Order: sequence, then C-alpha cells, then structure tokens
Amino acid sequence: MDATQLIHPLLALALAPLMAGIVNKTKSAFAGRNGPPVLQPYRDLWRLLHKGAVYSRTTSWILRAGPIVSLAAVVTALAMLPFGGTAAPLSFAGDLIVFAYLFGLVRFLMVAAALDTGSSFEGMGASREVTFSALAEPALLLALAALARMAGSPSLSGLLAGAVANPAVSIPVLLLAAAAVGIVLLAENARIPVDDPNTHLELTMIHEVMILDTSGPDLAFAGYAALLKQWAFAALLVGVLVPWRTGVLWADVALALAAMAAVAVGIGVVESTMARLRLVRVPQLLLAAVACAALAVVLVLR
Amino acid sequence: MDFWVNCLVVLIAMTNLRLLGSSRVVSCVHTVAFQGVLLGVLAIVGASGGLAAHGIVLAAVNIVLKGLVFPWLLMRALRETHLRREVEPAIGFGASMLLGVLLIGICLWIGSRLPLPVGVQASPLLVPAALFTLMVGLFMIVAGRKALTQVVGYLSIENGITAFGLGFALKEALLVELGILLDAFMAVFVMGIIIFHISREFDHIDAGELSALKD
Repeated sequence: MDATQLIHPLLALALAPLMAGIVNKTKSAFAGRNGPPVLQPYRDLWRLLHKGAVYSRTTSWILRAGPIVSLAAVVTALAMLPFGGTAAPLSFAGDLIVFAYLFGLVRFLMVAAALDTGSSFEGMGASREVTFSALAEPALLLALAALARMAGSPSLSGLLAGAVANPAVSIPVLLLAAAAVGIVLLAENARIPVDDPNTHLELTMIHEVMILDTSGPDLAFAGYAALLKQWAFAALLVGVLVPWRTGVLWADVALALAAMAAVAVGIGVVESTMARLRLVRVPQLLLAAVACAALAVVLVLR
Repeated sequence: MDFWVNCLVVLIAMTNLRLLGSSRVVSCVHTVAFQGVLLGVLAIVGASGGLAAHGIVLAAVNIVLKGLVFPWLLMRALRETHLRREVEPAIGFGASMLLGVLLIGICLWIGSRLPLPVGVQASPLLVPAALFTLMVGLFMIVAGRKALTQVVGYLSIENGITAFGLGFALKEALLVELGILLDAFMAVFVMGIIIFHISREFDHIDAGELSALKD
C-alpha cells in the first residue's frame, strides 16, 4: 500500500469540521454577522467528548451502538473515495454499491436508535429521514451507475479516475451526475432546501430530531459522523466536477481541497439564499435529482 | 464546438424538467424565457463553419423576443389578472416529473430512428431535445389548468420547433424562422390581452371551467 493513499482519509478526518465552519462563516457573511469562528465545530466536538453520557432507562444497546457504528461505517466509506490525484486505500469492483449502502447502514442505525428511545418526536424524524432517503438513494445510485458505465469501471476509484476520454459526450453526463449528487448532498446532510440544520425543537426538522436523546461523547460521534458524511458527499461531487489532473501530487490535492472549500461556500450560499422547502415539496426536489441522474444514464446508454 | 452544443442541449432538457416541476407561474415564465435565451446562444454556437449574418440576426431576435419581450408581456398579464401564484396542475408535480423522464426516453428513441436529411451535421442530442421540448409544451397545455401556463406551454412548443429548425437548413431558414417568431410574438401579445379579458369577465383564468360553458 502506498503512503499517499492515506492522505485523503487523514485529510477528511482532520478537515471535515473545518468544512462545516466554512459553511457557517459563509452564512454569517450573508447575514452581515461575524459568526462563530471557523474552528468552532472542533471546539464543539472537543467539549462534547469531555462530557458524560446520559442514557434513558427505556433505551437498549441500540441507542449506544448507533453513533459508534455510524462513525465506523462513514470512515470505511471515506476509505473508498479517491481524492485529488491520490488513490483510495480500499478499491474493488462494485465498491460504489458498498459505498452507497454504508450510508444506508448509517441511516438504518440512526433511525433504529431514534426509535429505540420511544419518543414519538424522534419517531417522526426517523419516518421523514427514511421517506426522503428512499428517494435520494435512486438518484445517487443512478448517477454512480451512469458514471461507472461511462468510465467502464465498476469501482469508485476507476469511476472518478478523471479520464475524460471524449469531452463532447462525457461533460453533459458529468454535469447531470453532478446536479444529482449535489441535490443528494443537500438532502442527505440535512442542509437547507430539505432540512434546516439550525432549528431545534421545531416540527420540521429531520436529522437533529433523531439525535435528541443522544448526549456527550455519543453526540460527538454522531455529529462527527454527520460531518464526515458531508465531507464524503462533497468529495464525491468534487471528484465528478473537477476531473482534471495535473499529475503533480500536491497540486492535485490542493486543487481538490480548493474545490472542497468552494463546495462548502456553495452550500452556505444555497442556505442563505433559499428558504427551506415545505415537506411535501421535498420529494419533488429529489425526483428532479432522480430525473437528472436518469437522463445521465440514458445519455450514457444510447 | 460540439462540446458546447451538447452542454446547451442538456441545459435545455433540464429547463424542461424544471418547467414540469416548478410550482410557481412566475418561475415557469422565467424558465421558458431562459430556454429561449439558451436557444439563441445555441444558434450562435451551433453555426458550423463560421458565423453567418443570418445566424446572428436569428440569435439576436430569439434572445430579445423570448428572453425579454415575452416574459415582460406575460408578467404584465400575470400582474393585471391578480393571479394566485401557484400553478395548480391537473397532474401532480411528482407524476409530471416521472412522465418527463419517460418522455426523455421516448424522445431519444424516436430521435435515434428518425432519418435525418443527408448532409445535416446536427448534434445527435439536438433532435431528441427539440422533441422533448415540444412534448413538454404539449403536456403543459394538456395538464395546465391556468390559461397562463398554457401560454407557457405554447412558448415551449415554439422553442422546440426553433431547436428543431436550428439543427437543419440554417441556410434557407431565416425567413421561415423570422416568420414563426413574428407569429409567436403576435400570439403571445394577443394571448396576454385575452387572458386579461377572461380574468376580468370571469374573475379567474381556470381553463378547466371552460368545459362547464354552454351556449
């Protein structure tokens, strides 16, 4: 194994909270505030890790397993993503399906943990999470299928290898896939057109409501897993949108990191300029993502 | 060049999906205007072998008329009729979106079978995209319940025909295209006035109510 393969997982583990910080800073700039420091997410995680955990007597091991297994699953998924010019540590034929369903595992465990608490409020959030992700999943898988077919490779590494053989055909497919992945990124990470990450105790939220009964280090794990998930989807988006390579390792990594920062700023801009959609409108947004991904598949197949 | 044509064609297909999915009349009008501008740009980019004067004229007329004049006329009609801003289609947004994906498939299939005249160097995606735009327009006319969304559907059909025309015979088509554009201009102008009169007479522009009319 090449040492450079570890660059991306380490960067992701180190910089995922920074990405959330950049999103928050962008939103603050739009609102005319100074906003929290860029490093605030690190401090939040640090603070949570030093607290004790409180468990309700009605909960079982599922609530405790939820955040830990999610974190492990997300780190595994990160290991399958190539980044910049660096290869992924884990790569095998069909790993794109494992990638998609590792996030499925995360979702299942978080939903199970939310239901385990027996709180009707958390059950409501769990129900929403499952409803929307059922629509986000075909969009992600169709987009990945289109890219895999275009690259002729059944693994994420080959798919994002950046070999743009015939730009006249591949660029429209890349754009459509990027649109689908972008919408899935917003939906899966509880960003604004789908879910408002700032609201607490409001009847519209999805992700936040599922971790209401998690506390201390568990909350830190769940939050860190969510940040890493956001990083993973953003890295996927960057891989699709920035397929060019210079051939110099540090330049490629720097380019990819700059693109990640741009994605973070983009999320901040979307959050500042859009209102959250009504819940009945969210499936339409996700269907639009499915339509884009389906169009990409059709373009590749023809 | 082929690269930009493909990008524009895909963008046009995406504006069609947005037409099917948007819930506000205003965003429908803006989307169809954007589509017109895209077509104008397509006319410039797609002109093979250097830009001819008629290509530029066609593109300019397209952009000005469809990007500026039509939306202005429609927005005025919208303002004066004090319309509720929701589209309220007869077929739901989710179903229309799925139908849209289905239509894309059908259009690609038809586009692959349609024999093109010899010597035409159109992008392989142009004909399906034009057909798709046309069909979305038809769908909006059938499924839309407001007179204004039907005008938008009409404009989408017009865009489809323009896209179709751009793929072929750029040499002789100038007069034909300008004629069609003039027709479309008159049609939108008259439709705006008619919508205003309908809404003043009946206090709504719901086309579904037409079936209840008896003479």
